[in-house]
Amino acid sequence: MSIDVRNVSKTFGNYVALRDVSLRVDNGELVALLGPSGSGKTTLLRIIAGLETPDPADGSTVIVAGEDITARNAQERRVGFVFQHYALFRHMTVFENIAFGLRVRPRRERAPNGEIRDRVNQLLALIQLDGLAHRYPAQLSGGQRQRVALARALAIEPKVLLLDEPFGALDAKVRQELRRWLRRLHDEIHVTSVLVTHDQDEALEVADRIVVMNQARIEQTGTPEEVFHNPASEFVMEFLGQVNLFHGRVESGKVVVAASKEAGAGARIFVRPFDLEIHREAKGDTPLAARVKRIQSAGPSVKVELAGENGQPILVEMPHERLRELELKRDDTVFVNPREARVFLEDYSI
Amino acid sequence: MTTEPAWMRGLLLGSALLFLGCFLVLPLVTVFTEALRKGVGAYLASIGDPAAVSAIRLTLLAAGIAVPANVVFGVAASWAIARFEFPGRSVLITLIDLPFAVSPVISGLIYVLLFGMQGALGPWLAAHNMQIIFAVPGIVLATVFVTFPFVARELIPLMQEQGSEEEEAALLLGASGWQTFWRVTLPNIKWGLLYGVILCNARAMGEFGAVSVVSGHIRGKTNTVPLHVEILYNEYNFAGAFAVASLLALLALVTLAIKSALEWKIRAETAALRPEGGE
Repeated sequence: MSIDVRNVSKTFGNYVALRDVSLRVDNGELVALLGPSGSGKTTLLRIIAGLETPDPADGSTVIVAGEDITARNAQERRVGFVFQHYALFRHMTVFENIAFGLRVRPRRERAPNGEIRDRVNQLLALIQLDGLAHRYPAQLSGGQRQRVALARALAIEPKVLLLDEPFGALDAKVRQELRRWLRRLHDEIHVTSVLVTHDQDEALEVADRIVVMNQARIEQTGTPEEVFHNPASEFVMEFLGQVNLFHGRVESGKVVVAASKEAGAGARIFVRPFDLEIHREAKGDTPLAARVKRIQSAGPSVKVELAGENGQPILVEMPHERLRELELKRDDTVFVNPREARVFLEDYSI
Repeated sequence: MTTEPAWMRGLLLGSALLFLGCFLVLPLVTVFTEALRKGVGAYLASIGDPAAVSAIRLTLLAAGIAVPANVVFGVAASWAIARFEFPGRSVLITLIDLPFAVSPVISGLIYVLLFGMQGALGPWLAAHNMQIIFAVPGIVLATVFVTFPFVARELIPLMQEQGSEEEEAALLLGASGWQTFWRVTLPNIKWGLLYGVILCNARAMGEFGAVSVVSGHIRGKTNTVPLHVEILYNEYNFAGAFAVASLLALLALVTLAIKSALEWKIRAETAALRPEGGE
């Protein structure tokens, strides 16, 4: 079921958490809200859930499945919510945690015990924790706890599923496993989901669409490919992975890289580390001379740190075989060519 | 690991134990030996004395009102303080601590000045045929005041540490505020609450100063157990005084035992709940 947030703002005292934000999530989509801490992504999620109320303003609405739910409280919204720190009921078993949402229903709507049991067992199978129904949360690992939290949220057959940094408290390996599992699960059950994260890899890997947030606003919305390859702003470029920044100027329609910040005015050139090539001799239009400072070859690709003419740090990523061809060593002088770059022109009108 | 030599450890431990023995164990033993000095018959007679029975009844009544009042107020106040930011929050915290800061005698005196015949509300109360000072209501009021902080003090840090996420989760799963309180909030604080209740109860039953000021010491009517002990003692009825005092000493021992058990329970629970990451 779709989510439609329109013109929502939120202030806490003097602090502006959201500034006139609108967001649409289509039925069955998995959207990631990506941004640094303090960008407003969690506040937006909590507003959809009904845990925060948006600042009163004309036209400020939250619509889920075509229904305006702005005035409804969290209890009536029937959204599934997964917290970063699981928020499992510590004094209840896994079984009772998952059954909670079914047991607190008003008597008229409550399913008989047998049905609740079947439903919980189904969910336990879905999260692959069949044998652990009678454990307490304290007896589970972090990854298991988060899966229980997910099953608990799904038990009420939520209209939408909201996940607030769901893998944030887990260690790297479990995090990777769990996010792949989440993606597979989503492909299976197709519940409209919004996932909040500050981890760009997580967003790129899991989401159908990414909403990049910064300073209480949405910077860009698009598929992972779009935001990664066509970032709309310098912020998005810098936030989605490492990037080298060069200064330059525009000369007869072409961008020329300048040696220093002072010499280059007007253009800011962003190049991802894997879009830089290293050559032994000067080639192409704009070779930059640089000295090798450090070679880090442990990992799927080689990372080479260089210092440009003014000591400007440059990071280049290349395959291992290329490193062997080049036979790079520390303090070698080489030339760096950008294969692909993104240029943001500075606004002169200011 | 300690690096102190054995004799040093022995000395420190020995002096601590000696101190404890002199100031805690010895008096406790004295209470019971003095109480039983004239035999079990005299002991039972002192406790069964109508004045003593009335004192016990009044003490139970005061505690029976003060403790539930404290539970309700303590849970409400700590919930408000731990969950919300509101104007006057720090004032409320300070007010909760007030009875700890003020001498109990002063708190009793305040009630006398407020409700006594010469007090601000005295004439009005007298005109409406209500007596608070030198009567049971005054004793209950003084007890409630003195025990005010116990439950709240215990619960505020506990609820702050637990955070509100579980309650939010319950609401999001469709639970009403009432269901959330009974099924999530209360089970999470039950041991802390019980701990506060035990301490509150011990203080309610043992309170002397504040109650002494407002009671008027009318035997068989406005005497609580601690006041009755004092009266017996002042009448040189030592065996009787110690016999009744032994009841309070027993209460203290039971309280201590329950308190230690609860502390152990709370520690075990919080230790089990420390978040841990990874499989």
